[in-house]
Amino acid sequence: MDTSMLTELLINKGLVTAFLFVGLITWFSYWLSKNLTRGHVHGSAIAIAMGLGLAYLGGVYTGGNNGLADVAIFSGVALLGGSMLRDFAIIATAFGADMTAIKKAGWVGAMSVVIGVVLSFVVGAMVAVAFGYNDAISITTIGAGAATYIVGPVTGTALGASSEVVALSIAAGLVKSILVMICTPLVAKHIGLNNPQSAMVYGGLMGTTSGVAGGLAATDPKLVPYGAMTATFYTGVGCLLAPSILFFIVRYLVG
Amino acid sequence: MIVYGVALLSFCMLFGVYAGNLLGELLGVNANVGGVGIAMLLLIVLSNLSNKKFHLSSASESGIYFWSAMYIPIVVAMAAKQNVIAAVSSGWLAVIAGVLAVAVSFAVIPLISRFSVDHHIDQDVE
Repeated sequence: MDTSMLTELLINKGLVTAFLFVGLITWFSYWLSKNLTRGHVHGSAIAIAMGLGLAYLGGVYTGGNNGLADVAIFSGVALLGGSMLRDFAIIATAFGADMTAIKKAGWVGAMSVVIGVVLSFVVGAMVAVAFGYNDAISITTIGAGAATYIVGPVTGTALGASSEVVALSIAAGLVKSILVMICTPLVAKHIGLNNPQSAMVYGGLMGTTSGVAGGLAATDPKLVPYGAMTATFYTGVGCLLAPSILFFIVRYLVG
Repeated sequence: MIVYGVALLSFCMLFGVYAGNLLGELLGVNANVGGVGIAMLLLIVLSNLSNKKFHLSSASESGIYFWSAMYIPIVVAMAAKQNVIAAVSSGWLAVIAGVLAVAVSFAVIPLISRFSVDHHIDQDVE
């Protein structure tokens, strides 16, 4: 079988190629996580960082705007990582959330989610302004990215932000997610992270589900479901607030 | 049937995105307002109703769990199609925004969880 036939096959079956591609990246990332970082950095964080790295190489190679997806044999990555399937999978993660357990957490858990979203958003938005962004859409998208790497692109897509700003918002969320994973075991004692209640507050404030799950797993695996439960709400609340109320406030302030 | 779960998920997404579009129109912004968030809340409400009103079999649930588990792989693909070169030119923004967001959030955790413990003690006293 000559290579042009194989290339044609990979292009024609783009989505399936993308499944294989992401699967291989994930496998390699978890291998690195286990053997290189002894599990301190979660495999999913490495996989996402690797995705961004490959997008950089794809951009260098093709000069296009869609990262690796501009390389013909990886065109299926654009469909797999597009907004339709992305939103579909994000919505599915909410399915694990249990209403009665949420009610038990009381209003403190709920408040921590809202406070967490607003706090990270304000920090991200202020940094965006400090870096010279002065349009409401870019400021809001980057602020949303400081919440999580999901809220950023969802907000950016909803508001029509440029791909460059969306990429920045993902990078900000990624930095946050990786930091949460690495720092949580180190600071757990100092912030009183040793019971289900503080774990729920923690999940609500940090919000990045992979960061929270990875960080808590390295701190005390028993706390994972409590943190993850509130964190599940964070992305939903962020997707609800960032392109609406928070955007209006930013637009009002920026003029 | 696995497809029931997938169909329920699809319904939630289409409903949520439609509601988000309507909300955007009502608010006068040419954008989808919180469609994904609305869909998530709808799925949580529907899946919690399911115990009483309609039963979602474990096969149906697995149709939703599959897509839930595909969340990280899809995010990896999403990362791989971004315009990273453009982002790297102002890369410090992302790093500073991420670091500050984490630092500020960590700083607030003791305040809020202490507050929640106090609240708990109050209830015990009552």
